[in-house]
Amino acid sequence: MARALLAILRRDLLLALRRRSDVLTVLLFFVIVASLFPLGVGPEAELLRTIAPGVIWVSALLASMLGLGRMFAADHTDGTLEQMLLGATPLALVIAARVFAHWLVTGLPLVLVAPLIALQFDLAQQAYGVLTITLLLGTPALSLIGAIGAALTLGLRGGGALVALLVLPLYIPVLIIGAGAVDSAAGGLDVTPHLLLQGAFLLLAAAFAPWAVAVGLRISME
Amino acid sequence: MVSSRINWFKYASPYSFYPLAGKLVPWFSAAATICIVFGLYIGFFVAPTDAQQGEAYRIIFIHVPAAWMSMFLYLIMAFWAAMGLIFNTRLSGMMASALAPTGALFTFIALWTGALWGKPTWGTWWVWDARLTSELILLFLYFGFMALQAAIDDPRRADRAGAVLALVGAVNIPIIYFSVQWWNTLHQGASVSVTGAPTMAATMLAGMMVMAFGFWFYSFAAVLIRVRCIMLERERRNDWTAQYAERTQ
Repeated sequence: MARALLAILRRDLLLALRRRSDVLTVLLFFVIVASLFPLGVGPEAELLRTIAPGVIWVSALLASMLGLGRMFAADHTDGTLEQMLLGATPLALVIAARVFAHWLVTGLPLVLVAPLIALQFDLAQQAYGVLTITLLLGTPALSLIGAIGAALTLGLRGGGALVALLVLPLYIPVLIIGAGAVDSAAGGLDVTPHLLLQGAFLLLAAAFAPWAVAVGLRISME
Repeated sequence: MVSSRINWFKYASPYSFYPLAGKLVPWFSAAATICIVFGLYIGFFVAPTDAQQGEAYRIIFIHVPAAWMSMFLYLIMAFWAAMGLIFNTRLSGMMASALAPTGALFTFIALWTGALWGKPTWGTWWVWDARLTSELILLFLYFGFMALQAAIDDPRRADRAGAVLALVGAVNIPIIYFSVQWWNTLHQGASVSVTGAPTMAATMLAGMMVMAFGFWFYSFAAVLIRVRCIMLERERRNDWTAQYAERTQ
């Protein structure tokens, strides 16, 4: 079973490597959205420093939502998904591996680029570590919840906007906890409770989301 | 086999539920009208004027029961969604989709009357208070459920996909609620507090309860009427619906 999961992981990463532009689009979207905020609210350093955690997190939310449509769509059209549903490996595990691969491709680059954007917003120095850690804990949760939306909207017209409507309200706890942690760190406060809550949410999502995705895929593939 | 057991699933079939729902609708409609008229009478003529807020507080008789209903109805919707997934009954999915618009309506009424109440008392239409924000998110959840069902042409798939979404939402609602409350205390400090109201006069409470019952009966009636339409629409190729189609012509 581990071999099958590794093979799926390897396949998804290889596919992403062959289609590098998809990965870069999400990353560029993240950077561009974050850069729009100073243009919208004005260049005052004090204001930008205050809104930096929120801006980075909202941009990350939107960017991670952008890649959801592609999570199952290509495999749905060429029939691979059907074979995965029929296969002997438990579907929830297959999905967990696929979501992990999706996160490596779309979530991890955001985590790596975020400090650079924080630099542009002149975020307080002690907050950089916390920003990276909360994004590391938060973005996988976003991918897991997003996968539920992707599975339910598979093959529907207007899938992109629909998935946003379904998934964004469910993203709210991740946003509140993540941005709150960076805010507290910038203000020199203790962030342990934030990190614990973010970790708890990730565990909850990791435990239940793959099953919900599996049910959703079976409904969509009937 | 013991044959005297109650058949719990008798009314799970649209065939036997359709006439039952038709018989119940007038009763619930009448009860709703009586309760709402009586409740509004208490609210506008019997309840005393509030010492701090004057007459503006009277919107509470619509606002609070609507907010209760918005939350109850989501839970009931999630309950029917779960029933539909577990027992694979057609009617459960129809009930869930019939409940969603009424729930969204009450959520909207709660937000709207809240804004109307906020302007004279707080001086602003909207504050990012924890309750207001969670109510807004609840409205988004209702919209998401309805949008997903509307996007799927096959009703069976629409029911089941909507059910998964409603259940995921129901698991998430407490988490959203507590995180919003926490966010609110973190960011806003001491601001307008809805909870710090003075103890309520007995007539005010009575008026609110009567209005809440009225809204309950209204929800029953509206949902039953809507579910009857959905039943006819989906079962139009079955024999039993033909008799109702003929009768109305």
